[in-house]
Amino acid sequence: MATTTTKPQAKTYVGQRIRRQEDPRLITGTATYVDDIQRPGMLYAAVLRSPYAAANIKSISTAGAMEMPGVKAVYTGKDVSSVGPVPCAGSMPTLRVPHHTILATDRVYYVGHPVVAVVASDRYVAQDALESIEVDYDPLDDVVADPEKALEKDSRKVHPEYDDNVAFTFHLDGGDVEKAFAEADTVVKLRVAAPRLAPSPIETRGVVAEYDEGAKELTIYSSTQIPHLLRTQLALQLNLPEHHLRVIAPEVGGGFGSKCNVWAEEALAGYIAIQLKQPIKWIENRRESILVVAHGRGHLDDVELAAKKDGTLTGLKLRILQDIGGHHQLLTPIIPTLSVLMLPGLYKFKSFTADLIGVFTNLAPTDLYRGAGRPEATYVIERIVDRMADELGMDPAEIRLKNFPGPDEFPFETATGLSYDSGDYAKAFNIALEKVGYQDFLKKQQEARKQGRLLGIGFCTYGELCAFGPSPALPAGGWESATVTVEATGKVAVMTGTSPHGQGAETTFSQIAADALGIPMDDIVVVHGDTAKVQHGIGTFGSRNTAIGGTAVHLALQEVVGKAKTYAGHMMEVDAADVAFEGGVFSSAKTDKTVSFQDVALEAHLCKNLPPDTEPGLSATRFFEPANFAFPFGAHIAVVEVDRETGEIQILRYLAVDDCGKVINPLMVDGQIHGGVAQGLGPALMEGVIYDEDGQLLNGTFMDYPIPKAQHMPWIESERTETPAPGNPLGVKGVGEAGTIGSLPAFVNGVVDALSPLGVQHIDIPMTPQKVWNLIQERSQS
Amino acid sequence: MQKTIRVTVNGQEHERSVEPRLLLVHFLREELGLTGTHIGCESSVCGACTVAVEGRTVKSCTMLAVQADGKDVRTIEGVAQNGNLHPVQEGLWNEHGLQCGFCTPGMIMSVNQLLADNPDPSKKEIRHALEGNLCRCTGYQHIVNAVEAAAKAVGGGQ
Repeated sequence: MATTTTKPQAKTYVGQRIRRQEDPRLITGTATYVDDIQRPGMLYAAVLRSPYAAANIKSISTAGAMEMPGVKAVYTGKDVSSVGPVPCAGSMPTLRVPHHTILATDRVYYVGHPVVAVVASDRYVAQDALESIEVDYDPLDDVVADPEKALEKDSRKVHPEYDDNVAFTFHLDGGDVEKAFAEADTVVKLRVAAPRLAPSPIETRGVVAEYDEGAKELTIYSSTQIPHLLRTQLALQLNLPEHHLRVIAPEVGGGFGSKCNVWAEEALAGYIAIQLKQPIKWIENRRESILVVAHGRGHLDDVELAAKKDGTLTGLKLRILQDIGGHHQLLTPIIPTLSVLMLPGLYKFKSFTADLIGVFTNLAPTDLYRGAGRPEATYVIERIVDRMADELGMDPAEIRLKNFPGPDEFPFETATGLSYDSGDYAKAFNIALEKVGYQDFLKKQQEARKQGRLLGIGFCTYGELCAFGPSPALPAGGWESATVTVEATGKVAVMTGTSPHGQGAETTFSQIAADALGIPMDDIVVVHGDTAKVQHGIGTFGSRNTAIGGTAVHLALQEVVGKAKTYAGHMMEVDAADVAFEGGVFSSAKTDKTVSFQDVALEAHLCKNLPPDTEPGLSATRFFEPANFAFPFGAHIAVVEVDRETGEIQILRYLAVDDCGKVINPLMVDGQIHGGVAQGLGPALMEGVIYDEDGQLLNGTFMDYPIPKAQHMPWIESERTETPAPGNPLGVKGVGEAGTIGSLPAFVNGVVDALSPLGVQHIDIPMTPQKVWNLIQERSQS
Repeated sequence: MQKTIRVTVNGQEHERSVEPRLLLVHFLREELGLTGTHIGCESSVCGACTVAVEGRTVKSCTMLAVQADGKDVRTIEGVAQNGNLHPVQEGLWNEHGLQCGFCTPGMIMSVNQLLADNPDPSKKEIRHALEGNLCRCTGYQHIVNAVEAAAKAVGGGQ
């Protein structure tokens, strides 16, 4: 059995495949998610949403709903006008942020835009009451449903207060790109469209709000990734001091970025709870989730790559059209700027120019979704590098290996000004090539092609920027906090400012703490997700949990151990400097006395013989501010076969060689990679939000918005290289998004390779059997 | 209009007066407080609400409580016996077959059904049997490992 919670002899917890501390409550159905919370007198809210993508609201009649038995209150935009706007954290000089009220007032900007909230004694009645509300809309013609057309002069303006539909522009360049293109032997161009994706955590959003009138304290339970940041924003929206606001992220059923946001319904529930002085529950249904929870991706890229005939990449031009939707959410304009920063991928070329245009449309907002900006960048660069290899008649593996920085070139300054921290990109890729048996595969492929079979191999060598991140690079601070408190009994509480929601930080942080303190993991409790229990923190997103949050835990542990050594030295009558601490026992070469961690914990609280110049208690709070991001990397390979008759794609093999720095728990790193790959396979093969020209969502349920099922997933063959991150003492980088970043291009490159005998150079995602079949027919006839 | 129903859940009989339109999942969660059964899609696709009715798995978000009148229902809360985890629960824990855990109770109910029908399933059969249970976190690989481990533990495998 590889998994155990019993401490192995003479081994440490860190680095071991240890099953998770959080699982017993999850596998027995005793965990408490938002919808599991019950409060006496609790009321249920439901939200009426716009059926139109663009319309003026002429009038709203709520009388019918108010007359229904069980309905307690109905709120329109006017009723909640004192609540502050839904925030956007973007700050680029060109940014336009339209006023974003929590309920629409005179106009709706997308299908699903919240218009009216109903509060009733139970959820069925609340839902019924929505049917009795009459909203008189004046639908507008010329719905802006296509971001490209939105930029045309005669397009209707989504927000009439602006003279066009540009939400912002962002430009970055480096080197001499014109020279690079003028002197290039070959230039290739590609247009890459990446449709919107619905993040689709299996637990939808939900809020319970409860107001204590006497204490003037509002408690918000929300399925969120950022309880502390949410508290700050809600305090602004509801005009409350933060100390009267408690935000709790209970068990959270997945987020993938979609819950790293500040949503209208959170402030709405809080406002209603204060008004009615009764607890309020609002639970999103799946249709709402797919309809309005900010979609990921949604961009159209025009890219050109220049190279010398030996395959040396010399320059890149990129134009990104990012569909913003009708409003910004918290990080909407920031996400595509990350794509610009990551556009060089793992390659050494230094000349580039990038223009990013954010475009308002009459569609739901876009925002971060797993990978957030980096899968977009990786998809573009990994596609066009393959295109270049094809054009040059070069092996796609060779062109990659030729353009990586070597392991001795770190820190490596990228064209876009990032400093890649550490790595050996060729090593990871070569392991993957060897494992897949690349040379043998090429022979098999030749044979298969002779038989008319469409067999392909796709590479993605990805780099990631994660461990968000240095505070100057983030809108709300990029540090993280931890408090380690040793109780009198020797049990330890670790309070982290991160807010894990499936990542397993209760386990990883317990592993780190158990090693530092020499105590069993079961003696440690990791506390998170409650602003009343945890010092201020930032949250869990951008693969930052362990690198930033774990480092804060590590620093607090070091401080606790330092203080404990002072106590122990005093108890053993030696200097603290002469105290050694190992395996939970304090000792000194100067005496044969020893004291245990538990003895010190008790003495620190009883203080019968307090060392001079020390204070009672054994606790430390530390904040970690990173100097840089961390940069994981890896190589993913997909071996695929396309069925000529049906257009179906079969994934014959899938290999992932990832380097996320030092590994705390290999079992959980594997899990993160597997899950990440699934969220790359989804958009590669099946996912994609579909709107019609009127801005109506056509696939708004799990019946027609497909997310991968068990039988869609290939067996993932995982390997790792381990290059420690120099930017934090744990040496960890991050792994939450790597699989999503690395997998999509591998699938697409594999399918393009399979179809290349037919002259196919690119295929847009999702590569549905229908699309592939049509392409095969088209090419076979031409 | 209310209808009185008598449902045995995890071995305990409950009598309640319910609206005919009340979904079984809401009956379990809100009338009986058994919140381990989750709601993910309200359309019987995601399987988070999977329970066993008369020994067969059912998506409780698309069954009415009144349809369970007189029937025997088992939920995730009834899977562990006398504080001992079921092999499927142990398997998922040991093999890291869950991350956020939201789909897990439904997944466990479906795996129980699979192993009852087929004590020694192949990987392919496991994946097929789980097509009614969506997991967005794990990529399913560790779930497949967990089911194999559970099959072995209950004696079906070699």
